[in-house]
Amino acid sequence: LKTMRFMLLFSRQGKLRLQKWYTATAERDKKKMVRDLMQIVLARKPKMCSFLEWRDLKIVYKRYASLYFCCAVEEQDNELITLEVIHRFVELLDKYFGSVCELDIIFNFEKAYFILDEFLMGGEIQDTSKKSVLKAIEQSDLLQEVSCIQY
Amino acid sequence: MALKIVKGSIDRMFDKNLQDLVRGIRNHKEDEAKYISTCIDEIKQELKQDNIAVKANAVCKLTYLQMLGYDVSWAAFNIVEVMSSSKFTYKRIGYLAASQCFHESTDVIMLTTNQIRKDLSSPNQYDTGVALTGLSCFVTPDLARDLANDIMTLMSHTKPYIRKKAVLIMYKVFLKYPESLRPAFPRLKEKLEDPDPGVQSAAVNVICELARRNPKNYLSLAPLFFKLMTSSTNNWVLIKIIKLFGALTPLEPRLGKKLIEPLTNLIHRALDLLYGMVSKKNLMEIVKKLMLHVDKAEGTTYRDELLTKIIDICSQSNYQYITNFEWYISILVELTRLEGTRHGHLIASQMLDVAIRVKAIRIFAVAQMATLLDNAHLLTGNMQRNGICEVLYAAAWICGEFSEHLENPMQTLEAMLRPKVATLPGHIQAVYVQNAAKLFSTVLKSQEGSTEGTAAQETSQLMIDRLPLFVQSANLEVQERASCILQLVKYIQKLQQKEVEVAEEVSALFAGELNPVAPKAQKKVPVPEGLDLDAWINEPPSESESEDEQPKAIFAKEEPKHSRSRHTEVDEKELARRREARKQEQANNPFYIKASPSSQKVYQESPGVEHIPVVQIDLTVPLKVPGLPMSDQYLKLEEERRQKERADKKKKEKKKRKEKRSGRGRRHDSGPESEEDITPAHMVDIVTEEMPETYILPTPDNRLLTMSSTSIFLFFFIEQKSSKHKKKKQKKEKEEKEKKKKKKHHHHHRHHSDGGADESVQNGTVEDEEPLPVSMCLTLNHKVCDIQGNLQDGSQVVVSVIFENKCDSLLKSMEFNVLDSLNSKLQRPEGSGPHDGFTVPFQLPPGVSNEARLVFTVQSIVMPQKMKGTLTFIVKNEDSSIHEKLDFKLHFTCTSYLITTPCYSDAFAKLLESGDLKCSSVRLEEVNMPFHHLLARICFHHHFSVVERIDSCASMYSRSIQGHHVCLLVKTTVSIDAKCDEPTLLGNVLDEIKQTFSQC
Repeated sequence: LKTMRFMLLFSRQGKLRLQKWYTATAERDKKKMVRDLMQIVLARKPKMCSFLEWRDLKIVYKRYASLYFCCAVEEQDNELITLEVIHRFVELLDKYFGSVCELDIIFNFEKAYFILDEFLMGGEIQDTSKKSVLKAIEQSDLLQEVSCIQY
Repeated sequence: MALKIVKGSIDRMFDKNLQDLVRGIRNHKEDEAKYISTCIDEIKQELKQDNIAVKANAVCKLTYLQMLGYDVSWAAFNIVEVMSSSKFTYKRIGYLAASQCFHESTDVIMLTTNQIRKDLSSPNQYDTGVALTGLSCFVTPDLARDLANDIMTLMSHTKPYIRKKAVLIMYKVFLKYPESLRPAFPRLKEKLEDPDPGVQSAAVNVICELARRNPKNYLSLAPLFFKLMTSSTNNWVLIKIIKLFGALTPLEPRLGKKLIEPLTNLIHRALDLLYGMVSKKNLMEIVKKLMLHVDKAEGTTYRDELLTKIIDICSQSNYQYITNFEWYISILVELTRLEGTRHGHLIASQMLDVAIRVKAIRIFAVAQMATLLDNAHLLTGNMQRNGICEVLYAAAWICGEFSEHLENPMQTLEAMLRPKVATLPGHIQAVYVQNAAKLFSTVLKSQEGSTEGTAAQETSQLMIDRLPLFVQSANLEVQERASCILQLVKYIQKLQQKEVEVAEEVSALFAGELNPVAPKAQKKVPVPEGLDLDAWINEPPSESESEDEQPKAIFAKEEPKHSRSRHTEVDEKELARRREARKQEQANNPFYIKASPSSQKVYQESPGVEHIPVVQIDLTVPLKVPGLPMSDQYLKLEEERRQKERADKKKKEKKKRKEKRSGRGRRHDSGPESEEDITPAHMVDIVTEEMPETYILPTPDNRLLTMSSTSIFLFFFIEQKSSKHKKKKQKKEKEEKEKKKKKKHHHHHRHHSDGGADESVQNGTVEDEEPLPVSMCLTLNHKVCDIQGNLQDGSQVVVSVIFENKCDSLLKSMEFNVLDSLNSKLQRPEGSGPHDGFTVPFQLPPGVSNEARLVFTVQSIVMPQKMKGTLTFIVKNEDSSIHEKLDFKLHFTCTSYLITTPCYSDAFAKLLESGDLKCSSVRLEEVNMPFHHLLARICFHHHFSVVERIDSCASMYSRSIQGHHVCLLVKTTVSIDAKCDEPTLLGNVLDEIKQTFSQC
């Protein structure tokens, strides 16, 4: 029983850009789910609802430019707050990369993960403050550079 | 610098870093699989090296490949190696890879326990953080058991960064290893009151999730959560807490009561949001949802709140979002089934408002109201104590006033005269009696037309039988009306017995349609000379009079006048009370229309309803009144209609496409309809607030009789040149409207006639006295422009332009611009250049009108002014938008600067004697009208007042806004001798007078 089951970022062309699973899932199932879900979401028209029911899950997605942000939550969870989570994540990426685009996430995918991990943990929101999330990331980055120099 | 060198050496050492890999994959789109397999081979080589940096780089690349769907489980051990690096850079990559690739069945996980424990207790908080984040993804029951204690300790870490992560991961640990919950719970509970908001919200999250699984154990935390809910400002936390209470309330019913207040606050916020989010498309759906809540609502307060919200939402901006008024009437009728609501008034006022203003709906409304009257007993269990009976007031009035639409007027008449009516509140009975009379006249008319005269006589007999009950009423108003009507009917009966046809004459009693009056309309009526609105007509009644006796105030005239001396000074409180009483009286009067929501509030506050103790009867099943339609069916109909429309449109589009293949390319495909696509179900003619101001104006000829000397008229002409980008359809419309183009509407406004105002006009010092409005009205291609100018002081003219959109498309981005002349300038907002336009601050949906105000500065008023201007705007159609332009001319005539000013004959004589005035004269040709008509015409069109009239000649006077005197001597020989201190102005005024008479 988790707030969020997984989060996927994929492009309009159906390329997976980021995936985060908050429940242990077998690799094979993951692949199938990602494939199925991408097919469903990409087939939807722009004015269609951002929420859909899929298997026993609720899918909440939103498209930002060429990138789809897609979350799976439990049935009794609130879709609107999930949408808000997505948006907050996009805001964080945007702040970190400075008007983020798909390529930022492709080439710095590990950074995108780090940001996501500071924002969500185990599918729960860790901190609702953008400032404190970004501060943690900056601090860790600084630490990384320092250890780089030491090397 | 050092960083660069180091990075450079790393780059050289590596075959490929992550960026290279990504770039490479993007460059090998055709043979991606082959490229990646070579990459994996390289990675395998890299992993064999001892250098941890190379390994970390390889693991990083593997994580990326894993996301692309390649199996990397073979590298699990290498990932653990990278995780164990002492360097944060590599550790971070290692944990990331682990969290992406590891799952419960990954066997190397058991090797990580000690490494993770070491990282958890690291002095560097980011090492700890990374370990916790990673663990949250791949925690197994074994890991949970082994590390539970370490994590529990971390919950009390000095750094909030660690505390919040530890709290969150605790939930995962509980799931994998439930035994850890008991020892950890007290500490978790403490975290609910952690000074750091992040930790606090994390704790709320975890406990809420736990409680959802087993609510019983968490009941004791309810007070703590209640405190959090009322104090927290964090919406994310609030949502969680409410979710938690949702799980707790079934177990503890007392909680429900406590929650009502904070929850209703939240609900109100949500309802306020609704107000802003309705559109034509979703209004019905939203109201349907709200109606469901109304049915389910338990407390009357909440139900009343919903009711007012429904009405607010529907009636906002002049019913802008209502496409089907039948539906709205049905909603209102459904709302009348609410037991014990306080808002009968509100519903009643909406019924009246819609029935009066939307002509097309009257037939339907009348039928509904007749059913309502017929079923009055169902609505009003205990009539006196029930606020809902107020709707009967509206029902009776609508049925009476629009009785020609009634299907069975006799039946309705019968219903209105039932003995039970006598138990209704007095003011409602009064309306019943009055409207029974109206109905009576309608019934007579229909019965007399048919062959049998006896039916008509029977109807009279019915009235005579039933009315005495009302004559005995304790309410004076009811008594008076009833006895008056009773006598009338008796007289009618007498005539009927002599076989005289009376129906025509009886219906003449109620002939004539009542037009709606805009709230602002009263302002436009000039105050007759010598009337002081602030003076009491009757002295106010003494304070000692109780509320019950108030109706007697009607007869205040007859009361002895001894109280006068005591009440010459009226205190503010008394004034306020009277004002309130007046407002309430207006609220009960159907001829006053209150469109703005603020004034509707008055209804709610009316003490009469507020203070009636409300009986709470909770009916689980809402009362259904037989024969009344359910609003739901409209929703269905509407959907069907829209679907059909859409289908039709598609057909048409297809046709069009076939017709002109080369035509425009941009068109919606089957995408969902946009807001503009929705056409109203029936064309309803909503009289907007501004309309009555022009519509109720008497024609000039009527005006001749009642004209007051303080009126001023000013004409503006807007000449329309053809606009570009005409579509066929629009062209047709335009041709029709072209005919009306030159039609002038005359406005009549007032200005302060006391001397002080004139002085201020002269000096131009005092800013705002009552403005002198100017008006014009004409039909343009897309809109009616109605300009009202205000002359405030000697040099400023305020022009109000009313834009009405008469086409079917949305008009937006309107920009109003005129070419300034040396003399007249449009005042533009600060910071804009002399050629910038005035941006009209609103958009116009079809059929809507709105007003914008423009200020002009005029230096000299002796010459007429013509200003060229352009109005640019965007016409937004279903599929495209066009930029349109209209050219017009604003015409300030010299007459428009004149103010009708009264002048006494002695002062007039003095003025003429002073010798300061220049003389001029003019002859009017071919004028054949009575002399008094001629004078009245000059007064009316040119703002003069008659000073004196002696047989064959009359002297007239007027004055300009800058204080010029203009004197005329008009003779029956139709020659005018004129004098003025400004010859140019005089010449122009005379020219304009001549012009006026040459036109008739």
